[in-house]
Amino acid sequence: MLEAVLFYLFAGVVAVSGLAIVLSRNIVRAAAWLLGALGGVGALYFLMAANFLGAIQLIVYAGGTLVLIVFGVMLTSRHAAAQARPRRWEIIAGTAVCALLFAAMSAALLRTEWSSDANPATGGYPIAEIGNELLTTYLVPFEVTSVLLLVVMIGAAYLARPERK
Amino acid sequence: MMNRAPVDILRPRWNPAYFRRAQRGLALVTLALVAGAVVGRLIAGALFGGHPPALILLSVLPALGAMITLAGLAALTFWRPIARFLRRFAVVVFYAAVVGLVALVWVVALAIDRVDGLARAMPGGELTTDAIYHGLPAAIRFRVVSWLLWPLQFPIVRDLIALVGIVGFINLFAAYAIWWERKVAGRIQSRLGPMRVGGWHGWAQSPADGIKLLGKEDLIPAGADRVLFRLAPYLAFVPAVCGFVALPFGSGWVFRDLDVALVFVLALVDIEVLGVILGGWSSDNKWSLLGAMREACQLVAYEIPMGMALLVPVMMIGTLSLTRIGDAQQYGWHSWLAFQNPFAFVAMVAYFIASLASCKRAPFDLPEAESELVAGFMTEYSGFRWCVFFFAEYAAMFIVSALCVTLFLGAWYSPLPASWGTGLANGGLAARAIHGVLFSGPLWFVAKSLFLIFMQMWLRWTLPRIRIDQVLYACVQVLLPLTMLVVLGQTLWQLLVTPGSAVAVIANVLCSLAGAVLLGGFYVLMAHGLLHRRRLVGALAVDHLPGA
Repeated sequence: MLEAVLFYLFAGVVAVSGLAIVLSRNIVRAAAWLLGALGGVGALYFLMAANFLGAIQLIVYAGGTLVLIVFGVMLTSRHAAAQARPRRWEIIAGTAVCALLFAAMSAALLRTEWSSDANPATGGYPIAEIGNELLTTYLVPFEVTSVLLLVVMIGAAYLARPERK
Repeated sequence: MMNRAPVDILRPRWNPAYFRRAQRGLALVTLALVAGAVVGRLIAGALFGGHPPALILLSVLPALGAMITLAGLAALTFWRPIARFLRRFAVVVFYAAVVGLVALVWVVALAIDRVDGLARAMPGGELTTDAIYHGLPAAIRFRVVSWLLWPLQFPIVRDLIALVGIVGFINLFAAYAIWWERKVAGRIQSRLGPMRVGGWHGWAQSPADGIKLLGKEDLIPAGADRVLFRLAPYLAFVPAVCGFVALPFGSGWVFRDLDVALVFVLALVDIEVLGVILGGWSSDNKWSLLGAMREACQLVAYEIPMGMALLVPVMMIGTLSLTRIGDAQQYGWHSWLAFQNPFAFVAMVAYFIASLASCKRAPFDLPEAESELVAGFMTEYSGFRWCVFFFAEYAAMFIVSALCVTLFLGAWYSPLPASWGTGLANGGLAARAIHGVLFSGPLWFVAKSLFLIFMQMWLRWTLPRIRIDQVLYACVQVLLPLTMLVVLGQTLWQLLVTPGSAVAVIANVLCSLAGAVLLGGFYVLMAHGLLHRRRLVGALAVDHLPGA
């Protein structure tokens, strides 16, 4: 009962913030709404007793949103009011991509057989298992991800460095 | 000409008519509540068969409310003798209030313990008030007590009580830490700090300031983003409160014992900063914006060495659960994680420095640098919103200090090995009280955290503020490589040095001694300062200008 209420509460927060991100023209405000959406997803993870995922969601995306806000502030002057005015073809293309994504995800969700007795992550000590799995079974994807992040970091440093002759 | 009595602006008087109206209103409410309690008792007995929820809702709560309004009425009526009493016996009242609060928390804990014991003795179903009544010790065997204890068996009631405790703790701590900081600043600067309000060393300064701030005009700049401007203080304060949810104050004294408590608390400390940045941005003020950008820079930079330093205790114990890390340090001073090897000790210092930056304390208080940015991100805030930012800052100070205590400095255990105190822990009430004071418990946890907060204050009033480029230099080129070396060293230490070998023991003993010498040195310094407290003042004391 309480779980259901909380689920709909947080799901509502996620949905409303998601819509607000898309609809708000102001970049910093969109980033603030993004915080609401990501925080709501984190709360949903906690509701599912996936504590590790929830905490990581908060710590990664809080930092991510932070950087986004900083960019929003730096790239846009205040009195142009950081407005995002998409062109018509941008709206159409964006809608098309999102519709496709939505269809694909709904199809995946509807076709999956959900076992009703799934009892995830209660009891036990899942973080150690996650760590072990990451460094054994999923070692290659894990390392590839870190290489990807390294590439991003080098790229950012290259873009940000002052011009020298 | 108008014939008005001269207004004495130094001693404003409130309107006696309002005063009498307030008294009359309170008296009426008290009478209504008493009547409600009596009628509610009858209704609960007649209609609900004396079932506890009905009894509590209809009778016990109105009675408690009547007591509160009665106390308010008494305070209004006898405010003169009460004020005189408070001024004269302020010291006694202050310390009695501290002891009383501790006792109150302990009584609630004991009550929950007792209910747990009864529930365990009677498996199946919920406890009835009769069962609780007969399970009470003879000294407090009253019906009312059993009604009050009955709700404690439900988790949601306990959660509510714990939340009230947490929020109350944060508010009291923040209010009195501000007063404390002002006293410390005064001592360091050879002056007295707040001395007037309340009589004894200005002990009522913070409540008075709070009332003043509530009465201030709530300004929002014309160009501000109104929604974000209003939201920002709460975005700063709420995560700080949430951080306390996973903080263990003692074994069993944790609201939610998360297996990822450390990551959770760190995440919430991060989110708190978002409030600061959004507040600075939405003010539409260049000083605020500069403060916010500095805060963002600083946080993004210092988060990395902070995380690296925190990896060290996590590696040593192999868990992210704060309660487990705390429990690993119960064997006395030498078992505290900071004293295990040199790397852990350095990690503690590095974490402490990074935590100063993350809760924007001097020398890293650039986001609000008064000398350059007016008041930084808070420039446009006034009244209660401004106050909320301060509460968030002090709550964050407590959280980072508490993390340091939990991870490096023995958590809620005293320097004595916990095994010496097991007899006391299982003894009677007096024995358990002694155990709480001597061996382990929330008192130790809070005391150690307060010690670190004192260090933060000490640094703030001793060091000058550094420039933003120096802040980033100190992080990226000094602290970050240092913590990387520390993590590497800790890894090698764990791989190469077997626990219990001569190297490990010698390192442990040396680090423990170093810690003891540092702490001892601190107390020697303090004692020296206390003994010679008049010396500096005497040399610097200057008489008032004639006529001033």
